[in-house]
Amino acid sequence: MSVIWVLVGFSIIVALGFLVAFIWAVRSGQYDDKYTPSVRILFEEDDKSSTFNHEIRKTPEGPGTDGDGNDQVR
Amino acid sequence: MEMVTIKYDNRIVRNFAVATMVWGVVGMLVGLLIAIEMFEPAMNAKLQFLTFGRVRPLHTNAVIFAFVGNGIFMGVYYSLQRLCKARMFNDLLSNIHFWGWQFIIVCAALTLPLGFTTGKEYAELEWPIDILITLIWVVFAVNFIGTVIKRREKHMYVAIWFYLATLVTIAVLHIVNSIELPVSYLKSYPVYAGVQDALVQWWYGHNAVAFFLTTPYLGLMYYFLPKAADRPIYSYRLSIVHFWSLIFLYIWAGPHHLLYTALPDWAQSLGTVFSVMLLAPSWGGAINGLLTLRGAWDKVREDPVLKFMVVAITAYGMATFEGPMLSLKNVNAISHYTDWTIAHVHIGALGWNGFLTFGILYWLIPKMWKTELYSRKLANLHFWLGTLGIVFYAISLYWAGITQSLMWKQFTPFGVLQYPNFLETVLQILPFYMIRALGGAMYLIGALIMGYNLSRTMKQGKLVPDEEATVPAHWDEAHAVKLNKHRWIERRPIQFALLATAVVSIGGLVELVPTFLVKTNIPTIASVKPYTPLELQGRDIYVREGCYTCHSQMIRPFRSETERYGDYSKAGEFVYDHPFQWGSKRTGPDLHRIGKKYNNLWHFMHMEDPRSVSPGSIMPAYPWLYTQSIDTAIVGSKIRAMQKLGVPYPKEYDRQAVGDLKAQATLIAGDLQQQNAPGDPDKEIIALIAYLQRLGTDISAQR
Repeated sequence: MSVIWVLVGFSIIVALGFLVAFIWAVRSGQYDDKYTPSVRILFEEDDKSSTFNHEIRKTPEGPGTDGDGNDQVR
Repeated sequence: MEMVTIKYDNRIVRNFAVATMVWGVVGMLVGLLIAIEMFEPAMNAKLQFLTFGRVRPLHTNAVIFAFVGNGIFMGVYYSLQRLCKARMFNDLLSNIHFWGWQFIIVCAALTLPLGFTTGKEYAELEWPIDILITLIWVVFAVNFIGTVIKRREKHMYVAIWFYLATLVTIAVLHIVNSIELPVSYLKSYPVYAGVQDALVQWWYGHNAVAFFLTTPYLGLMYYFLPKAADRPIYSYRLSIVHFWSLIFLYIWAGPHHLLYTALPDWAQSLGTVFSVMLLAPSWGGAINGLLTLRGAWDKVREDPVLKFMVVAITAYGMATFEGPMLSLKNVNAISHYTDWTIAHVHIGALGWNGFLTFGILYWLIPKMWKTELYSRKLANLHFWLGTLGIVFYAISLYWAGITQSLMWKQFTPFGVLQYPNFLETVLQILPFYMIRALGGAMYLIGALIMGYNLSRTMKQGKLVPDEEATVPAHWDEAHAVKLNKHRWIERRPIQFALLATAVVSIGGLVELVPTFLVKTNIPTIASVKPYTPLELQGRDIYVREGCYTCHSQMIRPFRSETERYGDYSKAGEFVYDHPFQWGSKRTGPDLHRIGKKYNNLWHFMHMEDPRSVSPGSIMPAYPWLYTQSIDTAIVGSKIRAMQKLGVPYPKEYDRQAVGDLKAQATLIAGDLQQQNAPGDPDKEIIALIAYLQRLGTDISAQR
């Protein structure tokens, strides 16, 4: 049965690796831009019904972004 | 900024949308047929092609791979192009993908009713079709990844991750589970046997639910729900977190399908623990979807698209709450093998997959045809018919499942089973089967109304086959102020695909490898011997007729089961079972210890007309087994195949196998003739009886 423990141990190490990577990612500001992608998918030039497209027309570069998805705050 | 005008391919989206609607109706119609057969077995018109055991795999395959499959591709081909700001990588590949997938579906629709099946649930298609699926999936993958590589949008939206996880994982699952040794053009044996086969199969089966019915649909939800509601997803961060945790946890939960079976205990516990943990990421998605509509509930009241989506997400939330609960051993002890499971999966299939597909179709068709929906009233009618259909379907089966399970387990004060006759517990729940069929019929009528409504919508509008869009020519590297690791991976789809493969493989490896390697997992039982050639033929008939769709071969270690069926099943008893036939549902009683329980004549009469020996039985009759002859030409190659898989037949046994087969058949036929039954040693029924009489008897020789 020993191979089970080798494999379980191995997978726990990998799982911990993921956890560490995730915590590091959050702490180091990986997910700073966690909002604009969700808004940008709503822009579509032909769609006149979208409220987001009205905003886009007022400010050609789009609200809060440089038009390329990067947060202008940075 | 330099801009270019590109054209999105709407034609391929239309093709998949139409296929979704057509196969959806077909799959549901087939489902309704077998739902009626559950209380009216004569519905098969005495045709083997329409009999439950053969049509049930057709229903599951049609709904999962034809309806939901085309629905996935429809949504992916529409959203991917727009999320990547790029036309699909290659139009030819798109078309090969479309027509190839439809060809696979037609092959399935022809082979399954004809009885060509591997006998593994949701993976019944035989080996040439399996290879075809792999090829078409690769075409899809190339087309998909090619599009992602040439995209003009730097950021990969969350939906694309979900699609990628689907792409990679389904490939791995399909290949691992379909490793089989061909015997003829349409017959093969899986390389795994017994417990190992069961573990691989449910690792596949569970993850097919995860990565075919869940992750791609979450991707679709993350694109089409914000679009339909015209507001961004509630929390983009939550979508990232729940994506990673979902794909990491899902792959470990498969053994919850095998609780209390002969699977090693540690694997069962692993499955339970991870299933319970799955609640968090699953509800992360459901909550994220529902909260997206905060402040927009007035729109939900008006818009049929959002109505469908809200019910879909709610159904997803309910099904993913129920899943972990059913994975608890004490709940599973009651629910397993009953209609509870069927109700559970239909909350997912009818509610989550069906309703989300309908919502997307109602949004997509008017948009692509540049028109308005033909009739909002009809869409609302569809919505209510569908919703009520689900309610009728699910509640009746929950009730049926719990009722029957409690009857199975009930003892009298004297310590004997209160309902020793299995049939009594079936007759008790027949009214529920009728209500279920009613619910299914309502759901189907709703889908037909949608077909009418959307075809009128298409007629009044005009499809824009190549939709123009002006997009930035490329993303501007200068603006990439600070690359972080997640963004790095987002812009590298191949590396991302490899990483996702690594993530999902770890879960599979740790469960599969030990079972292969560790001998202690499968106690070998000296008295368990390979099947005789006749029994092997009979077993293949058992597989062909889909007996496993209604009968289990796995007695759990409960007193209520050992009293009813006999000694509980041991892992070592299945070492020669390619494929395993444990089953997952007991519409009829367990068959693992059926051997020698009744005499040959009983089986002979029972298979010809079940009601002649069990009045009121809902089992179909199998008259064709009495006219079709045993195929002796293939016996030699079957024996050779089994030898390759490690079944210890003597050397060169394939040459003498047919002789042994005939000798045993003559013996059984002679026994039948003695009791004045027309037993013909050449007919298939003799082989089936031989197999049934062998089932579960080896172990008694040990005592």
